[in-house]
Amino acid sequence: MGANGRLDKTLLSPKAYRRSMSEMTQPERPTPRILLVDDDREFLRVYRELLLKQPGQPEVRTAETGQRALAMLEAGQFDLLLCDLKMAKVDGFQVLAIVRRKHPQLRTMVLTGLAEEQFRARAYAIGVDLFLQKPTTPEETKLFLECVESLLGAGATAGFRGIQSKALVDIIQLECLSLSSSVLRVSQGVQEGRIWFLSGEIIDATTADLVGARAFERILSWKNGTFEVLPPEPERTRTVFSSYQTLLLETAHVLDEIQAEQLDPAHTEMLRKASLAELARTQGVEFILATTKPDATESWGVENAEKVAEWTRRTVERFQTLGENLKLGVPGQMDGSTTQRHVVLARRGDRAICLGLQRALAPEQIRQTVNTLLLKWAS
Amino acid sequence: MGLLNIFARRRSRLPLQLPVGTFTVNKLGAITASTLPRSFPLQCAHEIAEAVVATFKEARASRLPLAELNVTYPGLKVAARDLGGGAIIFLLPRTMGQN
Repeated sequence: MGANGRLDKTLLSPKAYRRSMSEMTQPERPTPRILLVDDDREFLRVYRELLLKQPGQPEVRTAETGQRALAMLEAGQFDLLLCDLKMAKVDGFQVLAIVRRKHPQLRTMVLTGLAEEQFRARAYAIGVDLFLQKPTTPEETKLFLECVESLLGAGATAGFRGIQSKALVDIIQLECLSLSSSVLRVSQGVQEGRIWFLSGEIIDATTADLVGARAFERILSWKNGTFEVLPPEPERTRTVFSSYQTLLLETAHVLDEIQAEQLDPAHTEMLRKASLAELARTQGVEFILATTKPDATESWGVENAEKVAEWTRRTVERFQTLGENLKLGVPGQMDGSTTQRHVVLARRGDRAICLGLQRALAPEQIRQTVNTLLLKWAS
Repeated sequence: MGLLNIFARRRSRLPLQLPVGTFTVNKLGAITASTLPRSFPLQCAHEIAEAVVATFKEARASRLPLAELNVTYPGLKVAARDLGGGAIIFLLPRTMGQN
């Protein structure tokens, strides 16, 4: 160091100077912090020691109860929560449900001895990042540690959590750069889309009502959801002919334009009204009612809109609360039938929709009509 | 006896196991018959029954007299039939991949 505290390059070799400058300007990566929750003390001891040896030398704290874990999360910032399900008083599902609400940025992994499929489904419904059974072999332990590394790495580099499009872009780029052949299935609520890769090129994409580049744009517009990689389909007919870089650039441009339009309230209102009228013209639809705010209702074809709106809100709220109380997760759409029509209820954030469909529709027609309507309404 | 308990190993309580079964309720929400396992807490069955009966009742008041209602959670499907005030309720656990 020179007298003024700055690096005096005349005192250092060029190589040493460059290295020193690099060290000075590169931000120090914070130590990852892991919270391990299990009511088995021996398990906590063993796994804490295992995790401390990980590259990155994470700081590992432990909690024997759900209450203690929640208190520790309130008091300090963690990057990853590893949580058992089977615990007294406050079980893992309760902890995870509270964590999802209060600490949405926290990565979560269930680590349990329970093998039943229903627990896995419920955990993913709550929104955990990963559900693993407690390792019993060296291979499983290795996989567990790799998953921990992956989650910590994802937390460190992904920026805002929950913006699925960013992680989705990463996954797509990874498939392309690795010259992979696969099918990526992406789900967001009732919406599902697929992207086909062949030797690192994107050859096709579909959603319920779109194909090709338009479907690709739609999938990338989803802000959160789940995805899985399926076996390749080499015989798939090609509908996308642009390179993946061009496709991603063009999609990003389109999404930016859409976002700019959506920020204009007048434009949003106009689109909303137009879209409801358009939805009401769909074949098989008898009525549509949408509640957009606590007291705001729009409807087409409903005789007593206010009463139906109130019933819609109360029913959606009621079963949402039931799901929270019994730890069933968030309900998907609800459906029923009268002697004259089918009725479907769905919720998106603080909005709810009630659809009346012709009684004569076959079950498959109902499913397709509802999926299409909800897709359009959600967008 | 209470003193001895402090040395007993604390036992973990299993998370709520979702049942498969059927139960009927009258218009007051009281369970009149059930095939649900005893391990499923009665209080939980009552909560489900209350939600279902209230939904049917309010639907009738809104001139949408539902004859049946299905609510699908990630791990459980609740299917109910109106019985003129009461209801018969089916609980069907679901696994991943099911519609």
